[in-house]
Amino acid sequence: MFPRPIQSASPAAQTAYKTFLPIALILWLLPLIAVAIFSVKPAEDFTSGNYWGAPSSFEMFANYGQVFFNSDMPRYMLNSVLITVPTVFGAVALSAMAGFALGVYRFKSNLLIFFMFVAGNFVPFQILMVPVRDLTLDMGLYNSKTGLVLFHIAFQTGFCTLFMRNFIRQLPFPLIEAARVEGVAEWRIFWYVVLPLMKPALAALAVLIFTFIWNDYFWAVVLTQGPESQPVTAGITSFNAQFRAAYHLMSAGSIVAALPPVLMFFLMQKHFIAGLTLGAVK
Amino acid sequence: MAETTEINSGRQRSWYKRNEIAVTPWLFLAPAILFFAVYVIIPIFQSINISFYDWDGLGEATWVGLDNYVELADDRAFEISFWNNFKWLIFYLLAIPAGLFIALFLNQTVTGIRIYKSLFFFPFVLSQVVVGLVFSWFYLPNEGLLSNFLAWFGVDGVNILGDPTLATYGIIAAGLWPQTAYCMILYLTGLNAVDPEQVEAARLDGAKGWKMLWYVIIPQLKPATFIAFVVTIIGALRSFDLISIMTNGGPFGQTRVLSFYMFEKALSEFGFRMGYGAAIAVVLFLIMLVFIAYFLWSMWKEEKGH
Repeated sequence: MFPRPIQSASPAAQTAYKTFLPIALILWLLPLIAVAIFSVKPAEDFTSGNYWGAPSSFEMFANYGQVFFNSDMPRYMLNSVLITVPTVFGAVALSAMAGFALGVYRFKSNLLIFFMFVAGNFVPFQILMVPVRDLTLDMGLYNSKTGLVLFHIAFQTGFCTLFMRNFIRQLPFPLIEAARVEGVAEWRIFWYVVLPLMKPALAALAVLIFTFIWNDYFWAVVLTQGPESQPVTAGITSFNAQFRAAYHLMSAGSIVAALPPVLMFFLMQKHFIAGLTLGAVK
Repeated sequence: MAETTEINSGRQRSWYKRNEIAVTPWLFLAPAILFFAVYVIIPIFQSINISFYDWDGLGEATWVGLDNYVELADDRAFEISFWNNFKWLIFYLLAIPAGLFIALFLNQTVTGIRIYKSLFFFPFVLSQVVVGLVFSWFYLPNEGLLSNFLAWFGVDGVNILGDPTLATYGIIAAGLWPQTAYCMILYLTGLNAVDPEQVEAARLDGAKGWKMLWYVIIPQLKPATFIAFVVTIIGALRSFDLISIMTNGGPFGQTRVLSFYMFEKALSEFGFRMGYGAAIAVVLFLIMLVFIAYFLWSMWKEEKGH
Protein backbone atom coordinates (compact mmCIF):
# COMPACT_ATOMS: atom_id res chain seq x y z
CA MET A 1 0.00 0.00 0.00
CA PHE A 2 1.17 3.48 -0.79
CA PRO A 3 1.65 5.75 1.04
CA ARG A 4 2.92 3.65 3.95
CA PRO A 5 0.03 2.93 6.36
CA ILE A 6 -0.14 5.53 9.09
CA GLN A 7 -0.39 2.74 11.67
CA SER A 8 3.30 2.01 11.14
CA ALA A 9 4.23 5.64 11.83
CA SER A 10 5.03 7.11 15.23
CA PRO A 11 2.12 7.75 17.61
CA ALA A 12 2.72 11.47 17.28
CA ALA A 13 2.39 11.30 13.49
CA GLN A 14 -0.78 9.24 13.89
CA THR A 15 -2.34 11.82 16.16
CA ALA A 16 -1.26 14.60 13.83
CA TYR A 17 -2.87 12.82 10.91
CA LYS A 18 -6.09 12.21 12.77
CA THR A 19 -6.33 15.83 13.88
CA PHE A 20 -5.49 17.24 10.51
CA LEU A 21 -8.06 15.09 8.71
CA PRO A 22 -11.17 16.93 9.98
CA ILE A 23 -9.45 20.29 9.62
CA ALA A 24 -8.64 19.57 6.00
CA LEU A 25 -12.21 18.49 5.39
CA ILE A 26 -13.64 21.65 6.89
CA LEU A 27 -11.30 23.78 4.77
CA TRP A 28 -12.23 21.79 1.68
CA LEU A 29 -15.96 22.17 2.25
CA LEU A 30 -15.76 25.70 3.64
CA PRO A 31 -17.72 27.38 0.80
CA LEU A 32 -20.46 24.82 1.25
CA ILE A 33 -20.56 25.08 5.02
CA ALA A 34 -20.88 28.82 4.62
CA VAL A 35 -23.89 28.40 2.35
CA ALA A 36 -25.48 25.95 4.76
CA ILE A 37 -25.09 28.51 7.54
CA PHE A 38 -26.40 31.28 5.26
CA SER A 39 -29.53 29.27 4.68
CA VAL A 40 -30.59 29.25 8.33
CA LYS A 41 -29.83 32.90 9.01
CA PRO A 42 -32.49 35.59 9.30
CA ALA A 43 -32.56 38.38 6.71
CA GLU A 44 -31.46 40.94 9.31
CA ASP A 45 -28.05 39.29 9.61
CA PHE A 46 -27.24 40.32 6.08
CA THR A 47 -28.48 43.87 6.39
CA SER A 48 -26.51 44.31 9.60
CA GLY A 49 -23.38 42.94 7.92
CA ASN A 50 -23.21 39.73 9.93
CA TYR A 51 -22.30 37.58 6.94
CA TRP A 52 -19.88 35.13 8.43
CA GLY A 53 -20.63 35.25 12.13
CA ALA A 54 -22.97 32.92 13.96
CA PRO A 55 -26.65 33.30 13.02
CA SER A 56 -28.43 35.68 15.38
CA SER A 57 -31.42 33.33 15.25
CA PHE A 58 -32.21 30.07 13.50
CA GLU A 59 -34.70 30.65 10.71
CA MET A 60 -34.45 27.29 9.05
CA PHE A 61 -38.19 26.70 8.79
CA ALA A 62 -38.97 30.24 7.70
CA ASN A 63 -36.32 30.23 4.97
CA TYR A 64 -36.96 26.79 3.59
CA GLY A 65 -40.69 27.40 3.94
CA GLN A 66 -40.34 30.41 1.65
CA VAL A 67 -38.54 28.27 -0.89
CA PHE A 68 -41.14 25.55 -0.84
CA PHE A 69 -44.34 27.52 -0.49
CA ASN A 70 -43.67 30.97 -1.82
CA SER A 71 -41.71 30.45 -5.01
CA ASP A 72 -41.69 28.43 -8.21
CA MET A 73 -39.10 26.11 -6.73
CA PRO A 74 -41.37 23.05 -6.25
CA ARG A 75 -42.42 23.43 -9.87
CA TYR A 76 -38.84 23.52 -11.08
CA MET A 77 -38.00 20.52 -8.93
CA LEU A 78 -40.90 18.58 -10.41
CA ASN A 79 -39.78 19.56 -13.91
CA SER A 80 -36.29 18.33 -13.14
CA VAL A 81 -37.67 14.99 -12.01
CA LEU A 82 -39.85 14.71 -15.10
CA ILE A 83 -36.86 15.45 -17.32
CA THR A 84 -34.29 13.38 -15.49
CA VAL A 85 -36.16 10.14 -14.88
CA PRO A 86 -37.31 9.46 -18.47
CA THR A 87 -33.85 10.38 -19.72
CA VAL A 88 -32.26 7.84 -17.39
CA PHE A 89 -34.56 5.08 -18.62
CA GLY A 90 -34.23 6.04 -22.25
CA ALA A 91 -30.45 6.40 -22.33
CA VAL A 92 -29.85 3.24 -20.31
CA ALA A 93 -32.22 1.21 -22.50
CA LEU A 94 -30.79 2.42 -25.80
CA SER A 95 -27.21 1.97 -24.69
CA ALA A 96 -27.78 -1.45 -23.15
CA MET A 97 -28.94 -2.61 -26.56
CA ALA A 98 -26.21 -0.82 -28.47
CA GLY A 99 -23.58 -1.99 -26.00
CA PHE A 100 -24.80 -5.57 -26.41
CA ALA A 101 -24.56 -5.32 -30.19
CA LEU A 102 -21.07 -3.82 -30.09
CA GLY A 103 -19.78 -5.99 -27.29
CA VAL A 104 -20.98 -9.41 -28.42
CA TYR A 105 -21.00 -9.44 -32.21
CA ARG A 106 -18.06 -9.24 -34.55
CA PHE A 107 -18.86 -7.39 -37.73
CA LYS A 108 -16.92 -5.11 -40.01
CA SER A 109 -17.99 -1.65 -38.91
CA ASN A 110 -18.17 -2.56 -35.22
CA LEU A 111 -15.20 -0.50 -34.06
CA LEU A 112 -16.13 2.37 -36.37
CA ILE A 113 -19.61 2.69 -34.89
CA PHE A 114 -18.24 2.35 -31.39
CA PHE A 115 -15.79 5.18 -32.03
CA MET A 116 -18.59 7.27 -33.48
CA PHE A 117 -20.40 7.05 -30.14
CA VAL A 118 -17.23 7.81 -28.20
CA ALA A 119 -16.25 10.77 -30.37
CA GLY A 120 -19.77 12.20 -30.38
CA ASN A 121 -19.81 12.08 -26.63
CA PHE A 122 -16.82 14.43 -26.49
CA VAL A 123 -17.94 17.16 -28.89
CA PRO A 124 -18.59 20.64 -27.50
CA PHE A 125 -22.29 21.35 -26.96
CA GLN A 126 -22.09 24.54 -28.97
CA ILE A 127 -21.53 22.75 -32.25
CA LEU A 128 -24.91 21.07 -31.73
CA MET A 129 -26.74 24.05 -30.33
CA VAL A 130 -28.15 25.81 -33.39
CA PRO A 131 -29.33 22.70 -35.32
CA VAL A 132 -30.73 20.98 -32.22
CA ARG A 133 -32.63 24.10 -31.27
CA ASP A 134 -34.03 24.34 -34.79
CA LEU A 135 -34.97 20.70 -34.84
CA THR A 136 -36.73 21.06 -31.51
CA LEU A 137 -38.57 24.15 -32.76
CA ASP A 138 -39.61 22.34 -35.94
CA MET A 139 -41.00 19.43 -33.99
CA GLY A 140 -43.00 21.87 -31.89
CA LEU A 141 -41.15 20.72 -28.78
CA TYR A 142 -39.37 23.96 -27.94
CA ASN A 143 -39.94 24.89 -24.31
CA SER A 144 -41.23 21.42 -23.50
CA LYS A 145 -39.83 18.75 -21.26
CA THR A 146 -40.13 16.20 -24.06
CA GLY A 147 -37.82 18.20 -26.31
CA LEU A 148 -35.19 18.29 -23.60
CA VAL A 149 -35.63 14.60 -22.77
CA LEU A 150 -35.21 13.50 -26.39
CA PHE A 151 -31.98 15.41 -26.78
CA HIS A 152 -30.58 14.22 -23.46
CA ILE A 153 -31.36 10.60 -24.29
CA ALA A 154 -29.58 10.93 -27.62
CA PHE A 155 -26.50 12.65 -26.24
CA GLN A 156 -26.10 10.47 -23.15
CA THR A 157 -26.36 7.37 -25.32
CA GLY A 158 -22.81 8.08 -26.48
CA PHE A 159 -21.29 7.89 -23.04
CA CYS A 160 -23.54 5.05 -21.91
CA THR A 161 -22.73 2.94 -24.94
CA LEU A 162 -19.02 3.35 -24.28
CA PHE A 163 -19.57 2.15 -20.75
CA MET A 164 -21.94 -0.71 -21.55
CA ARG A 165 -19.86 -2.07 -24.40
CA ASN A 166 -16.73 -2.20 -22.27
CA PHE A 167 -18.66 -3.83 -19.49
CA ILE A 168 -20.13 -6.50 -21.75
CA ARG A 169 -16.69 -7.23 -23.17
CA GLN A 170 -15.63 -8.33 -19.70
CA LEU A 171 -18.48 -10.79 -19.28
CA PRO A 172 -17.68 -14.48 -19.77
CA PHE A 173 -18.27 -15.03 -23.48
CA PRO A 174 -18.57 -18.85 -23.22
CA LEU A 175 -21.87 -18.26 -21.47
CA ILE A 176 -23.28 -16.67 -24.62
CA GLU A 177 -21.78 -19.39 -26.81
CA ALA A 178 -23.35 -22.03 -24.62
CA ALA A 179 -26.74 -20.38 -24.98
CA ARG A 180 -26.31 -20.29 -28.75
CA VAL A 181 -25.46 -23.96 -28.88
CA GLU A 182 -28.67 -24.59 -27.01
CA GLY A 183 -30.46 -22.76 -29.83
CA VAL A 184 -31.58 -19.81 -27.75
CA ALA A 185 -32.68 -16.88 -29.92
CA GLU A 186 -30.34 -13.90 -29.89
CA TRP A 187 -32.81 -11.49 -28.32
CA ARG A 188 -33.45 -14.03 -25.58
CA ILE A 189 -29.72 -14.22 -24.96
CA PHE A 190 -29.77 -10.46 -24.47
CA TRP A 191 -32.77 -10.54 -22.18
CA TYR A 192 -32.13 -13.67 -20.13
CA VAL A 193 -28.35 -14.10 -20.20
CA VAL A 194 -26.64 -10.75 -20.68
CA LEU A 195 -29.03 -8.29 -19.08
CA PRO A 196 -29.07 -9.96 -15.63
CA LEU A 197 -25.27 -9.90 -15.62
CA MET A 198 -25.31 -6.22 -16.48
CA LYS A 199 -27.15 -5.12 -13.36
CA PRO A 200 -24.11 -3.38 -11.81
CA ALA A 201 -23.50 -1.45 -15.04
CA LEU A 202 -27.16 -0.49 -15.31
CA ALA A 203 -27.18 0.78 -11.75
CA ALA A 204 -23.93 2.70 -12.19
CA LEU A 205 -25.14 4.40 -15.33
CA ALA A 206 -28.57 5.19 -13.93
CA VAL A 207 -27.07 7.00 -10.94
CA LEU A 208 -24.52 8.82 -13.04
CA ILE A 209 -26.93 9.94 -15.75
CA PHE A 210 -29.35 11.07 -13.10
CA THR A 211 -26.70 13.40 -11.71
CA PHE A 212 -25.52 14.63 -15.12
CA ILE A 213 -28.99 15.46 -16.32
CA TRP A 214 -30.17 16.94 -13.05
CA ASN A 215 -27.16 19.25 -13.12
CA ASP A 216 -27.45 20.21 -16.78
CA TYR A 217 -27.74 23.93 -17.27
CA PHE A 218 -26.73 24.69 -20.84
CA TRP A 219 -29.43 22.72 -22.62
CA ALA A 220 -32.05 23.84 -20.16
CA VAL A 221 -31.29 27.42 -21.16
CA VAL A 222 -31.15 26.64 -24.87
CA LEU A 223 -34.29 24.55 -25.16
CA THR A 224 -36.65 25.86 -22.49
CA GLN A 225 -37.80 29.05 -20.85
CA GLY A 226 -40.17 29.77 -18.01
CA PRO A 227 -41.42 27.75 -15.06
CA GLU A 228 -43.67 25.42 -17.12
CA SER A 229 -40.77 23.34 -18.32
CA GLN A 230 -37.47 24.64 -16.99
CA PRO A 231 -35.53 22.37 -14.66
CA VAL A 232 -34.22 23.57 -11.35
CA THR A 233 -30.72 24.54 -12.53
CA ALA A 234 -32.20 27.11 -14.88
CA GLY A 235 -34.97 27.94 -12.45
CA ILE A 236 -32.56 28.89 -9.71
CA THR A 237 -31.43 31.90 -11.72
CA SER A 238 -34.97 33.28 -11.90
CA PHE A 239 -35.43 32.32 -8.29
CA ASN A 240 -32.36 34.40 -7.49
CA ALA A 241 -33.71 37.29 -9.53
CA GLN A 242 -36.91 37.10 -7.49
CA PHE A 243 -34.99 37.18 -4.21
CA ARG A 244 -32.11 39.38 -5.31
CA ALA A 245 -29.54 39.86 -2.55
CA ALA A 246 -31.63 37.79 -0.13
CA TYR A 247 -28.72 35.49 0.56
CA HIS A 248 -30.55 33.39 3.12
CA LEU A 249 -33.23 32.47 0.59
CA MET A 250 -30.86 32.02 -2.33
CA SER A 251 -28.77 29.69 -0.17
CA ALA A 252 -31.77 27.69 0.91
CA GLY A 253 -32.89 27.48 -2.73
CA SER A 254 -29.47 26.30 -3.88
CA ILE A 255 -29.35 23.64 -1.21
CA VAL A 256 -32.79 22.36 -2.16
CA ALA A 257 -31.81 22.31 -5.83
CA ALA A 258 -28.61 20.41 -5.11
CA LEU A 259 -30.12 17.86 -2.78
CA PRO A 260 -31.45 15.09 -5.06
CA PRO A 261 -28.12 14.23 -6.73
CA VAL A 262 -26.40 14.48 -3.37
CA LEU A 263 -28.83 11.98 -1.87
CA MET A 264 -28.42 9.78 -4.92
CA PHE A 265 -24.68 9.83 -4.46
CA PHE A 266 -24.69 8.99 -0.78
CA LEU A 267 -27.24 6.21 -1.21
CA MET A 268 -25.64 4.63 -4.27
CA GLN A 269 -22.01 5.51 -3.70
CA LYS A 270 -20.50 2.27 -4.89
CA HIS A 271 -22.34 2.32 -8.20
CA PHE A 272 -21.69 5.98 -8.67
CA ILE A 273 -17.93 5.59 -8.37
CA ALA A 274 -17.91 2.53 -10.60
CA GLY A 275 -19.60 4.66 -13.23
CA LEU A 276 -17.26 7.60 -12.90
CA THR A 277 -14.16 5.56 -13.37
CA LEU A 278 -15.75 4.31 -16.61
CA GLY A 279 -15.19 0.82 -15.29
CA ALA A 280 -11.63 1.18 -16.57
CA VAL A 281 -10.02 1.60 -13.17
CA LYS A 282 -10.84 -1.09 -10.68
CA MET B 1 -22.61 -20.38 -36.51
CA ALA B 2 -23.67 -22.64 -33.72
CA GLU B 3 -27.12 -23.14 -35.13
CA THR B 4 -27.50 -26.33 -36.99
CA THR B 5 -30.27 -27.33 -39.28
CA GLU B 6 -31.54 -30.10 -37.07
CA ILE B 7 -34.51 -28.06 -35.82
CA ASN B 8 -35.98 -27.24 -39.19
CA SER B 9 -34.42 -30.02 -41.13
CA GLY B 10 -35.80 -30.30 -44.61
CA ARG B 11 -37.85 -27.12 -44.45
CA GLN B 12 -36.49 -23.74 -45.52
CA ARG B 13 -36.01 -21.64 -42.39
CA SER B 14 -37.19 -18.05 -42.33
CA TRP B 15 -34.84 -15.37 -43.64
CA TYR B 16 -34.41 -13.93 -40.17
CA LYS B 17 -33.51 -17.28 -38.66
CA ARG B 18 -30.86 -17.87 -41.30
CA ASN B 19 -29.30 -14.44 -40.88
CA GLU B 20 -29.89 -14.04 -37.17
CA ILE B 21 -26.26 -13.50 -36.19
CA ALA B 22 -25.71 -10.91 -38.92
CA VAL B 23 -28.96 -9.01 -38.45
CA THR B 24 -29.38 -8.95 -34.68
CA PRO B 25 -26.61 -6.45 -33.94
CA TRP B 26 -28.13 -3.97 -36.38
CA LEU B 27 -31.57 -4.35 -34.87
CA PHE B 28 -30.11 -3.70 -31.44
CA LEU B 29 -28.09 -0.75 -32.70
CA ALA B 30 -30.86 0.88 -34.72
CA PRO B 31 -32.54 3.00 -32.03
CA ALA B 32 -29.26 4.25 -30.56
CA ILE B 33 -27.82 5.07 -33.97
CA LEU B 34 -31.02 6.81 -35.02
CA PHE B 35 -31.10 9.04 -31.94
CA PHE B 36 -27.40 9.70 -32.02
CA ALA B 37 -27.35 10.52 -35.72
CA VAL B 38 -30.32 12.89 -35.54
CA TYR B 39 -29.22 14.76 -32.44
CA VAL B 40 -25.42 14.58 -32.53
CA ILE B 41 -23.79 13.49 -35.78
CA ILE B 42 -25.93 15.31 -38.33
CA PRO B 43 -26.06 18.58 -36.31
CA ILE B 44 -22.25 18.73 -36.40
CA PHE B 45 -22.34 18.91 -40.19
CA GLN B 46 -25.32 21.25 -40.16
CA SER B 47 -23.42 23.61 -37.90
CA ILE B 48 -20.42 23.56 -40.20
CA ASN B 49 -22.77 24.37 -43.05
CA ILE B 50 -24.52 27.18 -41.15
CA SER B 51 -21.15 28.76 -40.42
CA PHE B 52 -20.92 29.71 -44.11
CA TYR B 53 -24.19 31.64 -43.95
CA ASP B 54 -25.45 34.88 -42.55
CA TRP B 55 -28.59 33.88 -40.71
CA ASP B 56 -30.71 35.31 -37.89
CA GLY B 57 -32.39 31.98 -37.19
CA LEU B 58 -35.74 32.96 -38.66
CA GLY B 59 -35.52 34.57 -42.09
CA GLU B 60 -33.68 33.58 -45.23
CA ALA B 61 -30.06 32.57 -44.82
CA THR B 62 -27.58 34.16 -47.20
CA TRP B 63 -24.44 32.41 -48.30
CA VAL B 64 -21.39 34.40 -47.27
CA GLY B 65 -18.63 31.86 -47.79
CA LEU B 66 -15.77 32.34 -45.39
CA ASP B 67 -16.85 35.82 -44.33
CA ASN B 68 -17.74 34.73 -40.81
CA TYR B 69 -14.28 33.28 -40.34
CA VAL B 70 -12.63 36.36 -41.80
CA GLU B 71 -14.59 38.46 -39.35
CA LEU B 72 -13.49 36.20 -36.48
CA ALA B 73 -9.86 36.89 -37.29
CA ASP B 74 -10.37 40.58 -36.48
CA ASP B 75 -12.76 40.12 -33.59
CA ARG B 76 -11.13 41.25 -30.38
CA ALA B 77 -13.76 39.47 -28.25
CA PHE B 78 -13.07 36.23 -30.08
CA GLU B 79 -9.37 36.62 -29.43
CA ILE B 80 -9.97 37.13 -25.71
CA SER B 81 -12.28 34.11 -25.58
CA PHE B 82 -9.72 32.01 -27.39
CA TRP B 83 -6.93 32.86 -24.94
CA ASN B 84 -9.24 32.35 -22.01
CA ASN B 85 -9.96 28.87 -23.30
CA PHE B 86 -6.23 28.34 -23.36
CA LYS B 87 -5.95 29.46 -19.73
CA TRP B 88 -8.76 27.09 -18.81
CA LEU B 89 -6.99 24.21 -20.51
CA ILE B 90 -3.70 24.85 -18.72
CA PHE B 91 -4.94 25.68 -15.24
CA TYR B 92 -7.77 23.17 -15.18
CA LEU B 93 -5.16 20.44 -15.51
CA LEU B 94 -4.00 21.36 -12.00
CA ALA B 95 -6.95 19.26 -10.89
CA ILE B 96 -4.95 16.15 -11.77
CA PRO B 97 -1.94 16.64 -9.44
CA ALA B 98 -4.24 18.17 -6.81
CA GLY B 99 -6.53 15.15 -7.01
CA LEU B 100 -3.58 12.79 -6.75
CA PHE B 101 -2.31 14.69 -3.72
CA ILE B 102 -5.61 14.45 -1.87
CA ALA B 103 -5.98 10.80 -2.86
CA LEU B 104 -2.56 10.03 -1.38
CA PHE B 105 -3.50 11.93 1.74
CA LEU B 106 -6.72 9.94 2.15
CA ASN B 107 -5.38 6.55 1.16
CA GLN B 108 -5.22 5.29 4.74
CA THR B 109 -7.27 2.96 6.84
CA VAL B 110 -8.22 4.91 9.92
CA THR B 111 -11.71 4.88 11.39
CA GLY B 112 -14.22 6.89 9.42
CA ILE B 113 -11.97 7.28 6.40
CA ARG B 114 -14.74 6.18 4.05
CA ILE B 115 -16.91 9.05 5.18
CA TYR B 116 -14.01 11.42 4.69
CA LYS B 117 -13.48 10.14 1.19
CA SER B 118 -17.10 10.65 0.22
CA LEU B 119 -17.24 14.09 1.79
CA PHE B 120 -14.12 15.12 -0.09
CA PHE B 121 -15.79 13.92 -3.24
CA PHE B 122 -18.98 15.82 -2.42
CA PRO B 123 -18.32 18.99 -4.52
CA PHE B 124 -18.42 16.95 -7.72
CA VAL B 125 -22.04 15.98 -7.18
CA LEU B 126 -23.17 19.59 -7.00
CA SER B 127 -24.30 21.24 -10.19
CA GLN B 128 -21.96 23.84 -11.62
CA VAL B 129 -24.72 26.36 -11.14
CA VAL B 130 -24.63 25.83 -7.40
CA VAL B 131 -20.82 25.80 -7.36
CA GLY B 132 -20.87 29.09 -9.26
CA LEU B 133 -23.30 30.69 -6.83
CA VAL B 134 -21.39 29.45 -3.80
CA PHE B 135 -18.11 30.78 -5.12
CA SER B 136 -19.51 34.11 -6.23
CA TRP B 137 -20.60 34.65 -2.62
CA PHE B 138 -17.26 33.43 -1.40
CA TYR B 139 -15.61 36.07 -3.63
CA LEU B 140 -17.92 38.98 -2.72
CA PRO B 141 -15.75 42.12 -2.60
CA ASN B 142 -16.40 43.24 0.99
CA GLU B 143 -18.66 40.69 2.61
CA GLY B 144 -17.08 37.62 1.04
CA LEU B 145 -15.20 35.07 3.09
CA LEU B 146 -12.15 35.43 0.90
CA SER B 147 -11.84 39.19 1.27
CA ASN B 148 -12.41 38.84 5.03
CA PHE B 149 -9.61 36.33 5.09
CA LEU B 150 -7.30 38.53 3.02
CA ALA B 151 -8.08 41.48 5.25
CA TRP B 152 -6.22 39.71 8.07
CA PHE B 153 -3.12 40.03 5.95
CA GLY B 154 -3.78 43.67 5.26
CA VAL B 155 -5.01 43.13 1.71
CA ASP B 156 -8.21 45.09 1.37
CA GLY B 157 -11.07 45.29 -1.07
CA VAL B 158 -10.08 42.50 -3.43
CA ASN B 159 -12.87 42.05 -5.93
CA ILE B 160 -11.83 38.97 -7.84
CA LEU B 161 -14.81 38.72 -10.14
CA GLY B 162 -14.85 42.45 -10.82
CA ASP B 163 -11.21 42.54 -11.81
CA PRO B 164 -10.67 42.02 -15.56
CA THR B 165 -7.37 40.21 -15.12
CA LEU B 166 -8.25 38.13 -12.05
CA ALA B 167 -11.83 37.16 -12.87
CA THR B 168 -11.01 34.26 -15.19
CA TYR B 169 -8.64 32.76 -12.66
CA GLY B 170 -11.29 33.14 -9.99
CA ILE B 171 -13.74 31.16 -12.10
CA ILE B 172 -11.16 28.51 -12.95
CA ALA B 173 -10.44 28.12 -9.23
CA ALA B 174 -14.15 27.54 -8.64
CA GLY B 175 -14.14 24.94 -11.42
CA LEU B 176 -11.10 23.23 -9.94
CA TRP B 177 -13.00 22.47 -6.78
CA PRO B 178 -15.34 19.80 -8.23
CA GLN B 179 -12.82 18.72 -10.84
CA THR B 180 -10.17 17.99 -8.21
CA ALA B 181 -12.73 15.91 -6.38
CA TYR B 182 -13.31 13.91 -9.56
CA CYS B 183 -9.61 13.29 -10.13
CA MET B 184 -9.23 12.36 -6.48
CA ILE B 185 -11.81 9.61 -6.75
CA LEU B 186 -10.17 8.29 -9.92
CA TYR B 187 -6.84 8.08 -8.14
CA LEU B 188 -8.31 6.58 -4.98
CA THR B 189 -9.74 3.75 -7.05
CA GLY B 190 -6.46 3.51 -8.93
CA LEU B 191 -4.41 3.34 -5.73
CA ASN B 192 -6.56 0.44 -4.58
CA ALA B 193 -5.39 -1.53 -7.56
CA VAL B 194 -1.68 -0.81 -7.13
CA ASP B 195 0.19 -4.08 -6.83
CA PRO B 196 1.33 -4.38 -3.17
CA GLU B 197 4.10 -6.81 -4.06
CA GLN B 198 5.76 -4.33 -6.36
CA VAL B 199 5.56 -1.69 -3.66
CA GLU B 200 7.14 -4.05 -1.13
CA ALA B 201 9.84 -5.06 -3.59
CA ALA B 202 10.65 -1.42 -4.30
CA ARG B 203 10.75 -0.76 -0.56
CA LEU B 204 13.28 -3.53 -0.09
CA ASP B 205 15.35 -1.89 -2.81
CA GLY B 206 15.32 1.26 -0.74
CA ALA B 207 12.81 3.28 -2.74
CA LYS B 208 10.62 5.60 -0.76
CA GLY B 209 8.81 8.91 -0.82
CA TRP B 210 9.04 10.78 -4.10
CA LYS B 211 11.13 8.14 -5.84
CA MET B 212 8.61 5.48 -4.99
CA LEU B 213 5.75 7.69 -6.13
CA TRP B 214 7.40 8.65 -9.41
CA TYR B 215 8.91 5.33 -10.49
CA VAL B 216 6.57 2.76 -8.98
CA ILE B 217 3.19 4.24 -8.17
CA ILE B 218 2.49 6.75 -10.95
CA PRO B 219 3.26 4.29 -13.77
CA GLN B 220 0.72 1.93 -12.25
CA LEU B 221 -1.84 4.72 -12.08
CA LYS B 222 -1.67 5.26 -15.82
CA PRO B 223 -5.28 4.23 -16.57
CA ALA B 224 -6.57 6.60 -13.90
CA THR B 225 -4.36 9.40 -15.21
CA PHE B 226 -5.64 8.85 -18.72
CA ILE B 227 -9.28 9.17 -17.68
CA ALA B 228 -8.48 12.14 -15.45
CA PHE B 229 -6.80 13.80 -18.42
CA VAL B 230 -9.74 13.10 -20.74
CA VAL B 231 -12.43 14.36 -18.39
CA THR B 232 -10.43 17.41 -17.37
CA ILE B 233 -9.70 18.51 -20.95
CA ILE B 234 -13.33 18.01 -21.91
CA GLY B 235 -14.45 19.86 -18.80
CA ALA B 236 -12.12 22.78 -19.51
CA LEU B 237 -13.36 23.20 -23.05
CA ARG B 238 -16.99 22.82 -21.98
CA SER B 239 -16.79 25.51 -19.30
CA PHE B 240 -19.95 27.51 -19.68
CA ASP B 241 -22.16 27.23 -16.61
CA LEU B 242 -19.69 28.77 -14.18
CA ILE B 243 -18.97 31.74 -16.43
CA SER B 244 -22.63 32.31 -17.13
CA ILE B 245 -23.49 32.22 -13.41
CA MET B 246 -20.50 33.99 -11.92
CA THR B 247 -19.74 36.86 -14.30
CA ASN B 248 -21.93 36.43 -17.37
CA GLY B 249 -18.81 37.02 -19.44
CA GLY B 250 -17.85 40.28 -17.75
CA PRO B 251 -16.21 42.45 -16.59
CA PHE B 252 -15.89 44.00 -20.06
CA GLY B 253 -16.18 40.58 -21.65
CA GLN B 254 -12.89 39.52 -20.12
CA THR B 255 -14.08 36.15 -18.84
CA ARG B 256 -15.71 34.92 -22.03
CA VAL B 257 -14.59 31.62 -23.46
CA LEU B 258 -15.49 30.29 -26.89
CA SER B 259 -18.46 28.29 -25.67
CA PHE B 260 -19.87 31.29 -23.87
CA TYR B 261 -19.13 33.77 -26.66
CA MET B 262 -20.81 31.48 -29.16
CA PHE B 263 -23.96 31.35 -27.04
CA GLU B 264 -23.90 35.10 -26.61
CA LYS B 265 -23.63 35.71 -30.35
CA ALA B 266 -26.22 33.18 -31.40
CA LEU B 267 -28.82 33.20 -28.68
CA SER B 268 -28.90 36.14 -26.37
CA GLU B 269 -30.13 39.70 -26.32
CA PHE B 270 -26.93 40.66 -28.10
CA GLY B 271 -28.27 39.27 -31.31
CA PHE B 272 -29.24 36.18 -33.18
CA ARG B 273 -26.23 35.70 -35.43
CA MET B 274 -26.52 31.96 -35.95
CA GLY B 275 -23.95 31.84 -38.74
CA TYR B 276 -21.33 33.73 -36.79
CA GLY B 277 -22.07 31.71 -33.69
CA ALA B 278 -21.74 28.50 -35.67
CA ALA B 279 -18.34 29.66 -36.94
CA ILE B 280 -17.17 30.12 -33.33
CA ALA B 281 -18.52 26.67 -32.49
CA VAL B 282 -16.63 25.18 -35.41
CA VAL B 283 -13.37 26.66 -34.12
CA LEU B 284 -14.07 25.21 -30.68
CA PHE B 285 -14.95 21.90 -32.29
CA LEU B 286 -11.67 21.84 -34.20
CA ILE B 287 -9.73 22.42 -30.99
CA MET B 288 -11.63 19.61 -29.36
CA LEU B 289 -11.08 17.42 -32.41
CA VAL B 290 -7.34 17.38 -31.75
CA PHE B 291 -7.98 15.89 -28.34
CA ILE B 292 -10.74 13.58 -29.55
CA ALA B 293 -8.37 12.20 -32.18
CA TYR B 294 -5.75 11.59 -29.52
CA PHE B 295 -8.25 9.86 -27.20
CA LEU B 296 -9.54 7.65 -29.98
CA TRP B 297 -6.02 6.80 -31.05
CA SER B 298 -5.16 5.75 -27.48
CA MET B 299 -8.29 3.66 -27.24
CA TRP B 300 -7.57 2.10 -30.60
CA LYS B 301 -4.09 1.06 -29.51
CA GLU B 302 -5.65 -0.45 -26.41
CA GLU B 303 -8.18 -2.37 -28.53
CA LYS B 304 -5.43 -3.73 -30.75
CA GLY B 305 -3.54 -4.87 -27.69
CA HIS B 306 -6.33 -7.25 -26.70
